Formats: sequence, C-alpha cells, structure tokens
Amino acid sequence: MSDAVVIGPIRAVRRLPGVAIVLVLLIGLFGTIAPGFLSAANLANVLVQSTILIMLALPMTLIIMTEGIDLSMGAVLTLTSLCVAIVSLATKSMLLGLGAAVLVGTLFGLANGWLVAIAKIPPFVATLATLGMAHGLSLIVSDGQSVVGIPHSVRDIYSAQLLGVPVPILMGVASYCIFHALLYHTRFGTYVFALGGNREALRYAGLSPNRLLIAVYAIGGMMAGVAGLLMTARMNSGHPTAGLGLEFDAIAAVAVGGTSFERGNGWLLGTVLGVLAVGVLRNGLNLVSLPSSVQVASVGLLVILAMFLDGLRSRA
Amino acid sequence: MSELAKDTPRPHWSFLSQNAMQLFYRLLAAFLICAVLSILSDSFLNLGNILNVLRQASLTFFIASGLTLVVLTAGLDLSVGANVALSACLAGMVIHQTGSPTLGILTGLLAGGAVGLMNGVMVTAMRIPSFIATYGMLWVLNGVTYWYMAGETIHGFPAGFRLIGSGYFLGLPIPVYLLLVFLAIGSLFAHRTVWGQEIYAIGANPVAARLSGIPVSRRLLLVYTVSGTMAGLASIIFLSRLNSAEADIGESLTLPAIAAVLIGGTSLFGGVGTIFGTFVGSLILTLVLNGMNLLSINANWQPLVTGIIVIIAVWLDMKTRRPAS
Repeated sequence: MSDAVVIGPIRAVRRLPGVAIVLVLLIGLFGTIAPGFLSAANLANVLVQSTILIMLALPMTLIIMTEGIDLSMGAVLTLTSLCVAIVSLATKSMLLGLGAAVLVGTLFGLANGWLVAIAKIPPFVATLATLGMAHGLSLIVSDGQSVVGIPHSVRDIYSAQLLGVPVPILMGVASYCIFHALLYHTRFGTYVFALGGNREALRYAGLSPNRLLIAVYAIGGMMAGVAGLLMTARMNSGHPTAGLGLEFDAIAAVAVGGTSFERGNGWLLGTVLGVLAVGVLRNGLNLVSLPSSVQVASVGLLVILAMFLDGLRSRA
Repeated sequence: MSELAKDTPRPHWSFLSQNAMQLFYRLLAAFLICAVLSILSDSFLNLGNILNVLRQASLTFFIASGLTLVVLTAGLDLSVGANVALSACLAGMVIHQTGSPTLGILTGLLAGGAVGLMNGVMVTAMRIPSFIATYGMLWVLNGVTYWYMAGETIHGFPAGFRLIGSGYFLGLPIPVYLLLVFLAIGSLFAHRTVWGQEIYAIGANPVAARLSGIPVSRRLLLVYTVSGTMAGLASIIFLSRLNSAEADIGESLTLPAIAAVLIGGTSLFGGVGTIFGTFVGSLILTLVLNGMNLLSINANWQPLVTGIIVIIAVWLDMKTRRPAS
C-alpha cells in the first residue's frame, strides 16, 4: 500500500513527457495551422470550456484507479443539468437547483458504487445500465424538450468574473486543489491507491473496500451534479441530450493523462493535462472548420492510441 | 479466472442440470410476461402483433448472437450499435450509387466484418482491454458515420431489397426465417464444432486454453470479426425494413443487444452461456418493450426500463448460479 504512494511520484515524473509532449505538439500544430488559435481570447476560451470536463475527469481518475469505469457520467450530468434548470425555474433559486443536482448526482453515484461493490456487477455493464436509466429519466422529466427561461442567477455563473478571472476557471482550479489534497494528503487518498493496487491489504488492515469503492463512485456522481450547474449555465437552458458522450472525453483525458487502467496508479495533474489536450484538440479542429464528427472520431483515436501506449509501457 | 463456479453440481431438488434450470427459468419468465401482457392488453395475442414481436426480436438477436461469442470469451463489444449505423449507411449509399442490392448487401457485411476485425486486432495484437478498445471504436465509428452522412438521410430502396426486412414467406416475416437459420448455425457452431468449444475454453480460462494449444489470438480475431459481421447483417435487415439510413440509427441498439445477451444467461466472466439463451433473452426484452408500447407507455421510458432489466438480469444470474454451500 505504501509502495504505491512512494512509487507514485517517481512514475509520475517519468510519465510527465508523454502527455506533456502530446499537449505541446497539439498546441504547436494548431498554432501553425489554425488562425487565431494562439490568441489570448481563444486560449481563455479553451480553459473555460475545459472546466466541465475537468470536473468529470478528476473523479473519473479515482474511479479508473480502482480498476473501474463510469460510463454513466455524461448521462448523469445531463440529468443533473436538467435538475438545475427545472428546480431553479420553479423556485427562482440557483442554490436549490445546485442542491437538487448534487443530490441526484450523488444518488446515481451511490447506485453505481452499490452495483459495482456489493452486487459485484462489472463496472462497464453496471454503469452502462445506469447510463440508460439516467438517459431515460432525462427524457422523462423533460419530456424530450429543452427547459428554457431559467433565472439569470444561473446563467451569470458562467460569465461572471472574480478578480478578472472567469468563475468557471476558478471552480476548475478549486476542484483540482480539493482532489489533489484528497488523493495525496488524506488517508482516504491512500486507500484509493490501495483499492486498485492491493485490495486485500485494505481488508487485512480492517477496512471495508466495498464502502470505499461506493464512496469513490458517489464522489463521481456528486461532481457530475456540480458540473450540471455549469452545463446549464453555459447553455442557459436544460437539454435532455446535452451531456451525452462527455464521459468519453473524460475517459480520454484520464487515459491520455497516463492513469493506468490496470494497476491502481493515478496521476491527477496528468488528467488535467489530458483534459487540456482534449480541449485543444476539439478547439483546434473547430477553428480549422472540421465538423464535430471529426472531433469525435479523433478523440476516439486518441484513446485507442493512449491505451496502446499504456499497454506497451506496462510490458516494457 | 472468475469466482463463479463453471461446473457446479445440480441442485439436490432438481433432476435437470444447472444450465437447463437456467434456461427453464428464462422460458418461464418469457411465458409469464406473455400471460401478463395478454391479460393487460387485448391486442397482444393477435397474430400481427406476435409476428411483429418475432421480427423485432430477430433484429436484436442478430446483433446479440455475435456479441454472445465475444462475451463467451470474457470480452465485450460496445461498438456494435455504431457498427450497424456505419454499415447501413455505406450499404445504402452503394445501393443508391450502383442500383445493385447484392453489392449493397456485400458492402454492409464486409464493412461490419472489417470493423469487427479491427476490434479483434486491437484486442489481440495491441492488447487493449476489449471494453476500452471497442468503446474507442464506438466513437471513431460515430464520428466517421456522421461525417460521411453530413446530416443527410438516404431513403427509397428497390422493392426486391425491401423484401428482406419487410417481406413475408408462407405467412411468416422473412427476418424470422433468417433468425431460425442463424440460431441453428450459431448453436451448432458453439456446441458442435471444435472452434466453438475452443471459444468456451478461452472464456473459462485463457491461460489453460493457451497452454493446451488453442490459438487464442486467432480465435479471438474470429470472434470479433463474426460479431462485426453479424452487426453488418443486422444493418442490412434494418436498412431494408426502415427503407432509409441515417447516422444516428445505431445509438439505441447497443444496450438492448447487451441486455439480450445478459438476460439470456451468458456470463460476463466468460465461458458460460448459449446462443439459444441469447435468443430467449432477445425475446424477453422485445416482449417487455412491445408490452410497454401496447400499454401506450411513452417510448422515453425504454432506456430506463432496459437499464433496470440489465441490472436485474445480471444480478439474478449471479445469485442463482452461485453453488449452494
């Protein structure tokens, strides 16, 4: 258990080049071919657009470290985004909307955790099933329609600035700090490393791996709830398919960021760089006016490539 | 190696083997659903609706039967739905360009098979876990299909081609005959050929399979290619029945296909399951969705219900298979 913690930073340094090189290459590529990519306004735009993804990718890192996955995150985000829209529309209160979203997200996270830890259903299938459930609920509560006319207090979160820095960026940075502290500076973080690395050790130490696992998935659902607020604020409405597929960008960011799918090794900063790489890729392809379908396909290729390299590294 | 026992003794109160009992439970469930639906809805038990259920189930079955082989090797193919969409769009385009249904059918099958082969290469040669490889493939295929179609819909196909999906022969829809043929071929392949048995062996214990001389990589390539080709076949039936192709037709197909495999009793841990079980699984799922339709429950409820059924099916399967201790 302590091995994972000690080795973690060393591996992290060795890994640094991988995702950093990808990021630098992408920035260099689009800096040359995409007009206006390197402008301050566009770079700020990339950062703001990446915040929702960061909020999903950070907990996804923890989940993948436990040798799990959460395919439902995008659909849960969509549902929580609708919660924000519907509740804030009904009560005129942004905070109640956020509260409802966090509650619904956490419930889905708990359900995922229960299915994986207690019912022992493989995470891929359990969360694919909850994806279907969250997607279905989104369609049911919205009746397939957009929810519009939500209070300005929600929309303003996305455009507001604090000391000249956009609030979404601050929320992203705050999320990173919290997850960094949680993973590297608390006992819970050490246990998360052990969940993927050596689950038996946890049991021998008298801890309940199942409860920890449920907590990890619950954190994922909770963060999807917080991200739901940003999603609704960004679109100034709730839409029943808005966040579908975002879990894939999150998984891509984690994979590119060098977190291993098999050995309980995670690296949060790598995930952030991975999020930026995905954000730069999508933004750059957008600027050279390639359709979103090409963006989707290239993120897919990025994941396959990252997994292939991860496999090579583990054999080396 | 999974913690599930592969060959547990029969329960003391039963004269049937455990696998036969599992199948019996599922047929019982299908029968109960039929009974409930025929009470709740007058229109359930008429010939038109029954044939409709069978035709609907055959679509799910084509995708799910190939997927069953993949799951038997303890893998998963999440790209089947996106594969159906791409194959259908390519086949539709070829039929429109050349006017030849035969070329279109070949294109659909080949495209599906090629995607499957690529999945197989990623799983075997590149050693990417099948979940992630096929999940990445899902998004690559989605992107390619949306890019290729650019929001267009292809529709209007020759009458001869449309017979495949919507025609009748001796009173039965043609897809139902195809279903029977592939059910027979699939079952014979899985249970009566060496290759089929090797696939079970790989799923039950890959290391033992390799040590006993089974060419694991080649069998895995075969399994993923078959799964892709079956998705290609499903795309042809789909195309011919809908008489149109769009980039988004595959989105609602993957979860039901996986649901059918799991309801049918194929274990996610590999080595346990039958093609016939998957047929029963497709039937159960279609019956439930058809019943919701007849009771005029909004189609928005379908993903929710499918998700719940998947969880119940996997959970029940794991509960009932655990050896009595």
